[in-house]
Amino acid sequence: MLDKTIIGILISAIAFVTVYAITPSLIKVLTKRNMVVKDYNKEVATMVARPGGPSILAGILASELTLYAFFASTDILAIIITTSLAFLVGFADDRKVLGGWFKPLALAASALPIILLGAYTPPHLAFPLFGSVKIPELYLGLVVIIIPVMGNTVNSIDVLNGVASGFMTIASFALTICLVIVHHYDTALASLPLGFVSLAFYKYHKIPSKIFPGDSGALTLGAMYGALSIIGHVEIVAAIALLPAVINSFLFLSSVKRIVEHRQIKASPVVHTEDFKLMASTDKSAPVTLVRLILANGPLTEKQVGFVIFRLALFSAALAIITAFMMEIRL
Amino acid sequence: MKGTPIFFYVFVMWLLIIAGGALIVPVIAHISIQGFGNLGGILDSIVKAGIAISLVALWILIMSKVKNWIFHKQIRH
Repeated sequence: MLDKTIIGILISAIAFVTVYAITPSLIKVLTKRNMVVKDYNKEVATMVARPGGPSILAGILASELTLYAFFASTDILAIIITTSLAFLVGFADDRKVLGGWFKPLALAASALPIILLGAYTPPHLAFPLFGSVKIPELYLGLVVIIIPVMGNTVNSIDVLNGVASGFMTIASFALTICLVIVHHYDTALASLPLGFVSLAFYKYHKIPSKIFPGDSGALTLGAMYGALSIIGHVEIVAAIALLPAVINSFLFLSSVKRIVEHRQIKASPVVHTEDFKLMASTDKSAPVTLVRLILANGPLTEKQVGFVIFRLALFSAALAIITAFMMEIRL
Repeated sequence: MKGTPIFFYVFVMWLLIIAGGALIVPVIAHISIQGFGNLGGILDSIVKAGIAISLVALWILIMSKVKNWIFHKQIRH
């Protein structure tokens, strides 16, 4: 146990320091190559480097490969390969906009290493209070669905400065705590880098952002989160910790009624006031989103909206931890 | 507090997930189709998958109704 604690500290430090050290250089390189996008929520025209996915992946690879050097397990290998494939899908989307359906399908393919390496076994779905269900054939389908769903869910919450990385910091640490509660210590150890990578990236992503994660960053974080939830058999708990992002996707999809990229939506759900606060759009054709609902009671600054989302993330994290405790109880 | 209805919505979603477990584990997981030889296992999975998909559809429908109920004023606005 002491060994694992020391290794946990080591890989957490590697994850944090790698992203913290690499990201400033990445910002310089991206800016030099004119890989920048406009931050539409700033009064003064501001260009922000994108994507930050490479530094996020570097942090994950450095820490997970170190962990693999100590504990060579197929579970860690599955996490590494799935996360890397999801990064490639996101990076391709950052470079050239992919179709609405291509991304979920490519992300589904990213889940194959989990199946091929047998990292999903035993194939059961655990529920709080009532135990688990063995669903050998169905579970394979579930594995293929979880990665694109979680990847796109995290991507959908990347709406304002610092929100995606801050949200994932909270959700990831909640997931680690949940994995410890359900006694999946090895997966808990492997989940530590996700929280620390998100935290280090938040330093540069928080308002005012110096870099955006892009699809490569958001999908990398989401896919790793999904892979950990499958390998640790905490799929339900993991989904609960992501509920604000799930709600955002649900509201969006239920208002546009089809799978579509956010950038394809013409009417913006949020507009700006004269003093450049965010305000809910009154355009009936604009999609309903989490931010639009937060702004329904009146305009707020970008920072204030971000903090409401973080409070929601903390609330969901608390519900996830309660659910993890409920996993240990059988009615 | 800002966004209070959304906190309530998250809480309702959580309750529905717990309720889903109450339905899936003690009831649906115990459904067993026998008497079809080797096809029994596949049929069993198909039936369970069908019920699970129906439950997800029902869950989405309920969430949509709850959303309209909680955010009635905001959506109208």
